[in-house]
Amino acid sequence: MATSFTLNGKPQTVDVSPDMPLLWVLRDTLNMTGTKFGCGMALCGACTVHVNGEVARSCITAISSVAGKKVTTIEGLSADGSHPVQQAWMEEDVPQCGYCQSGQIMSAVALLSKKPKPTDADIDDAMSGNICRCGTYQRIRKAIHRAAGMQSKA
Amino acid sequence: MATASVVNRREFLKTGAAGGVVLVIGFHLAPRAVADLAEEQEKKIPNPFDAWVRITPDNHVTLILGKSEMGQGIMTSLPMILAEELCLDWKNVKVEQAPTNPKIYSHGTGGSGSVAGSWLPLRQAGAAAREMLVSAAAAHWNVSPDTCKAQDGGVLHGARKNFLTYGELVSDAAKLPIPDFKTVPLKNSSEFTIVGHDTRRFESREKATGTAKFGLDSRVPGMQFAVIARCPVFGGKLKSFDAEKAKAVPGVRDVFPIDPVAQGAFTAGGVAVLADNSWAAMQGRKALQISWEEGPAASESSASLHQQFLDNAAKPGKVVRNDGDAGAVLDGATKKTEAIYELPFACHATMEPMNCTVHIRPDGAEAWVPTQAPQWAQAVIAGVSKLPPEKVIVHTTLMGGGFGRRYQADFVMEAAQVAKVSGKPVMVFWTREDDMQHGFYRPASYHRFSGALDAKGNLAAWKHFQSSTSIDAMWSPKGKETPENSEFATAAFIPYQTPNYRLEYTVANSSVPRAWWRSVEHSSSGFVVESFVDELAAAAGADPLEFRLRLIGDDRKIPDFTNPKQGKPLDTARLKNVLRLAAEKAGWGKPLPKDVYRGIAGYFSFESYTAAVVELSVKDGAVKVQRIVYAVDCGRPINPEGVRAQVESAAIYALSASLHDAITIKGGRVEQSNFNDYGMPRIHEAPTTEVHVVLSQEEPTGIGEPGLPVVAPAMCNAIFAATGKRLRRLPIRAEDLA
Repeated sequence: MATSFTLNGKPQTVDVSPDMPLLWVLRDTLNMTGTKFGCGMALCGACTVHVNGEVARSCITAISSVAGKKVTTIEGLSADGSHPVQQAWMEEDVPQCGYCQSGQIMSAVALLSKKPKPTDADIDDAMSGNICRCGTYQRIRKAIHRAAGMQSKA
Repeated sequence: MATASVVNRREFLKTGAAGGVVLVIGFHLAPRAVADLAEEQEKKIPNPFDAWVRITPDNHVTLILGKSEMGQGIMTSLPMILAEELCLDWKNVKVEQAPTNPKIYSHGTGGSGSVAGSWLPLRQAGAAAREMLVSAAAAHWNVSPDTCKAQDGGVLHGARKNFLTYGELVSDAAKLPIPDFKTVPLKNSSEFTIVGHDTRRFESREKATGTAKFGLDSRVPGMQFAVIARCPVFGGKLKSFDAEKAKAVPGVRDVFPIDPVAQGAFTAGGVAVLADNSWAAMQGRKALQISWEEGPAASESSASLHQQFLDNAAKPGKVVRNDGDAGAVLDGATKKTEAIYELPFACHATMEPMNCTVHIRPDGAEAWVPTQAPQWAQAVIAGVSKLPPEKVIVHTTLMGGGFGRRYQADFVMEAAQVAKVSGKPVMVFWTREDDMQHGFYRPASYHRFSGALDAKGNLAAWKHFQSSTSIDAMWSPKGKETPENSEFATAAFIPYQTPNYRLEYTVANSSVPRAWWRSVEHSSSGFVVESFVDELAAAAGADPLEFRLRLIGDDRKIPDFTNPKQGKPLDTARLKNVLRLAAEKAGWGKPLPKDVYRGIAGYFSFESYTAAVVELSVKDGAVKVQRIVYAVDCGRPINPEGVRAQVESAAIYALSASLHDAITIKGGRVEQSNFNDYGMPRIHEAPTTEVHVVLSQEEPTGIGEPGLPVVAPAMCNAIFAATGKRLRRLPIRAEDLA
């Protein structure tokens, strides 16, 4: 069954089973592998994307549910890594293995869009759905504060 | 890509010409092989630690990385060493993953050993290349090499106008004899501009933009995606299955059984479901109807294992070490300290689940593998495909975590078996549930300690009985097991002086697979030794830091008990130094905020020294760690920023093991399945971690793992300070705090 939605600003139609999760449509149907599979149960946040600007765990988001909506993935933030959050991630040297970082960054971007100057408590609330097995949390926190500073200057 | 070996001189030069003038330098060759580049060397097998440097005419230098990047930063720290000796501008350095060729490279990545093992060979390789380039420049200008200097990726003589880039020189340099690695001049460390300086991760941009390619991101035209249904009981076998409903799932292409492999790769076997996409494969697996022969392991449980520990502890164990007569001293002691500790199985839980993509054709095979051991992956695929290893191309991808799990070849074996039947490129991937329930776990262990102090407060006797599900007992050929060897490291040569020391061990039988988990035996030994010494300090009424320093005593070097010939001795001065440094930086002895308490631990592992002071509070049956202050001495830090990152990471991994991680067994199967019942620390639980790196001039040693063993004991020692309760089993449970 065909489902149409907007993916990173461009119209997209896929012909897949309506219950197929967005994660697998992105990764296997569209070969957009920046969004990661970690748990399949919305427990780890590695698959985080935005649907109409809100954080969504794509591993439990049926493709039928995004029909007509705007989906943004890590590939849609910037073509060259110039998004302030991505810049902050590089400047704080956040990633280690890096596998969870697409999801971390998508959660952070959504947080900053709502709270341009987040407190540590805001960061805890917004980011606690994203697991990092390498334990880069301290740097994630710093990078979010740094990105907030960059955005306020921009 | 240049793959010729420098030991084949003609091949080396030919490659140089064919590759558009490419200079290839091998490193870590046997000194004689490099000194005498004669015909006979064509017969020599290259040293396993070989790797390669490539300089192209456009003046780019590429380090061919023979090790695997799993987050530990090796893709940055190894090129830094090379770039230093080559006098390069770091911005121009490129890194390329090596083709899998165990005749040239020592691919295996583990044991916190990559920097330690590559430090000298990489320096020699870089220096040899530099000397050749300088010689080529000197010849070009007809001046003495002594008057020329390598800098910024080129060679300078006199005024700036006499500057030639390496790219301009490489054609001539490649024709020169290779200097003897043994005598090639290495840079004086006072001249270092890259080594020892904070450097950002090489592949940060890819990892911040989603463009980094992990194993699971491998995409090959025409590929299928497969999952495997495995018997949930360890060692169970497939009895029968009905694939009709699975095959009816849209997108499912094939369903067939694969055999278990009992040794080496240790796979469970089962039923493979191949589909056009991952989702269809998972749906197909759900629709399978399978009957299993569960086998003898079905009666195993964590409760039965605990009982086995108790039974073992009731009898004497095998004596691993015995100094003096600890038993007699303890029997006669007026005051004894006794404690029993227990640790569960633990799962690696890498964020990227296991996966492997393989294409086996009649004439050759190609694979994309997130592996710490590509040489093993190659051998496994060669074995299954019946192809010679050189016909099996293995691409080592980036890894979404390794922690020892990806040193295994089980996931490669399964993919090879499926690809062999399919004939198409196939990715076998694991779900989180597969990963958690079919892992190779950190052994579960049980420890009973007895200790006594004499009237002066010296350690009169120390006795440690341990029983555990050994790694060695699983991996050694039958009859060749020496399980105690794999279960002890620092626990067999504690830094605390005592004339009466006894260590006994009894292996516990289990069908649960065990292997190397971040810091391996040290994760248990560090906890029990550094907890028990703290108990002795409390019994003596002494400050835990002062007590440790006093018991460690004089500056001396304690030989590695389990590996006295090759292992580096424990240097007590360095251990005391990190203990003092961590204490000083944490403000040990100074007042803390209300309801915050401290604990300390110091430990030697992977030839490095680590100490940590943990500050925490205990409230309503929960532990909140506020701050961890580390001091680490891993010899000369190549990239201090990378060292700090690794220790910060180990802190959270250890916090996870202390607060959450427990794999429990019931009915011969793992009870946990996903992150809901095998918890991970999340950002709100993460303490502030400060890492103070000793700027040592000693040879570099490991740092990927040594940050881990000190956290659990320092935490539990702080909990004792807070509550007066000794926490002797992990993970920490609310009922133990109450």
